[in-house]
Amino acid sequence: MTGTVGTTPICSNFSPMLNLAHIRSQFPILTREIHGRPLVYLDHAASAQKPIAVIEAQREYLMHHHSNVHRGVHELSQLATDAFEAAREKVRTHIGASSTEEIIWTSGATDAINLVAQSWGRAEISPGDVILITRMEHHANIVPWQMLAEEKQAKLEVVDVTDEGSIDEDDFQKKLKNNPKILAIIHVSNVLGTVNDVKRWTKNAQQVGARVLIDGSQSIPHLAVDVVDIGCDFFVFSGHKAYGPTGIGVLYGRKELLEKMPPWRGGGEMIDVVDIEKGTSYAALPHKFEAGTPHISGAIAMGVALDWMNGTGLQSIGDHERALGAHARHLLSGVEGMRFFGEAQELTGVVSFLIDGLHPYDVGTLLDQMGIAVRTGHHCAQPLMARFQIPGTIRASFGAYNTMQEVDALAAGVERASRMLR
Amino acid sequence: MDSQTTLQQRQTEVVEEFAYFEDWMEKYEHLIELGKELVPLNDRDRTDDNLIRGCQSRVWLSAEMDTEGALHFHADSDAIITKGLVALMVRVLGGLSPSIVAGADLWFISRIGLDTHLSPTRANGLLSMVQQMKHYGIAFQAK
Repeated sequence: MTGTVGTTPICSNFSPMLNLAHIRSQFPILTREIHGRPLVYLDHAASAQKPIAVIEAQREYLMHHHSNVHRGVHELSQLATDAFEAAREKVRTHIGASSTEEIIWTSGATDAINLVAQSWGRAEISPGDVILITRMEHHANIVPWQMLAEEKQAKLEVVDVTDEGSIDEDDFQKKLKNNPKILAIIHVSNVLGTVNDVKRWTKNAQQVGARVLIDGSQSIPHLAVDVVDIGCDFFVFSGHKAYGPTGIGVLYGRKELLEKMPPWRGGGEMIDVVDIEKGTSYAALPHKFEAGTPHISGAIAMGVALDWMNGTGLQSIGDHERALGAHARHLLSGVEGMRFFGEAQELTGVVSFLIDGLHPYDVGTLLDQMGIAVRTGHHCAQPLMARFQIPGTIRASFGAYNTMQEVDALAAGVERASRMLR
Repeated sequence: MDSQTTLQQRQTEVVEEFAYFEDWMEKYEHLIELGKELVPLNDRDRTDDNLIRGCQSRVWLSAEMDTEGALHFHADSDAIITKGLVALMVRVLGGLSPSIVAGADLWFISRIGLDTHLSPTRANGLLSMVQQMKHYGIAFQAK
């Protein structure tokens, strides 16, 4: 079986869905070498590489348009504000929100979840209340709730994950009987690639009166999302996993909820009138939640990243990544002792695996020497690792720019590393 | 030979040993070999107290002083490449006087091009292990 690795006939730089040569030419970093070998970047789920349009958007803004937003009467400030707000509108359109008042810029998904936990949570959660998460969550969707539960003496309950890496339906229904105040759930697992049926889970949870927050960090880069169709109360994602810059992210919240929520951070931008004696009144949405000077260039470039994804075709990107994932599973299954994690019905282009008797760190270190960047370890999902009783996995995750040849290189590299380590 | 001379000589030996290897692959194969040869820690010492938690791999380290006043280390790791590096550390620092271990400048690791494994961001437990070895040096010096 092992002889087939790297020699299957479908390996090529061609994708029926995407013009890969054209796409790759837009990512300057892909021409660099690592340890003297061409970079094979298979760590998209940790952070996506950036197309030149995104890099240029940030540069262009800083070179010609920078000024603080919502402040001055001067022309430059107006230009910066217009571009910043136009990016917000792009996010609104992209996720199907009703109004830009529902789109809050944050520093990332983590920041957005903390905002909801600290603002909505501190106002709405009382001692004994149930906060429901799943065992599939990233630490960013666990720890803020744990902190809230501790502060409020609330109960954090966790929905189990099946052996295939799906949400355990029976356990989910059972936990709903405890009438959780909120369900915080990951849309697509960063470890397993599982695409959760968030529309159904949202409906179920809301039927027992729960609010629903969806962590879309791993769905936004790979599939079309419509928050109104899903029906969720909150949806968060990071820019940098979706071809945008680091330090920018989004919180979508339903307007009626956001309006009732108290501000979280205080400072400039989020105020209406500040009066030392009479107290401060707050700005309207979305600025109420955007204290201080925002990441203006990041927001603008995030808008360009969404344009880039839509221009390339989100459906084609997703199809291409799934094809890469399937090819990787096919080739890697020939490696002795191979064990995959995440075999749900619906998957994105993420392949998590372990090889019997080999430590992920060793495999990752040797792959790195071959120029192949994968992620090893617990992927910020220790409860999920504990569920499978493993210390971590090796994860290859794909983006629009990855090729079948790179998957071949991965499989050949894993084969070689495993020979060296045995 | 005094401990300081031994420390320098051992590092020179390791550098010469690695100079034979022409590419990264041979170097890592040797490291893997060293890892496999390192006598595994017995269960008595493979405890949580001796565990140095890295994010990626785990390292166990115990130390004892013999009647001559020399410090001896026993170490292990769950990852074989880390274990190979652990073996090198034990070989270089084992049997020396505590004061020399405490103040040891381990220049060999960058000379053989494996210093990235000692980076704090690597999170393999190795840097913490070296620090722990030096702490043992300081602690036993006081005894």
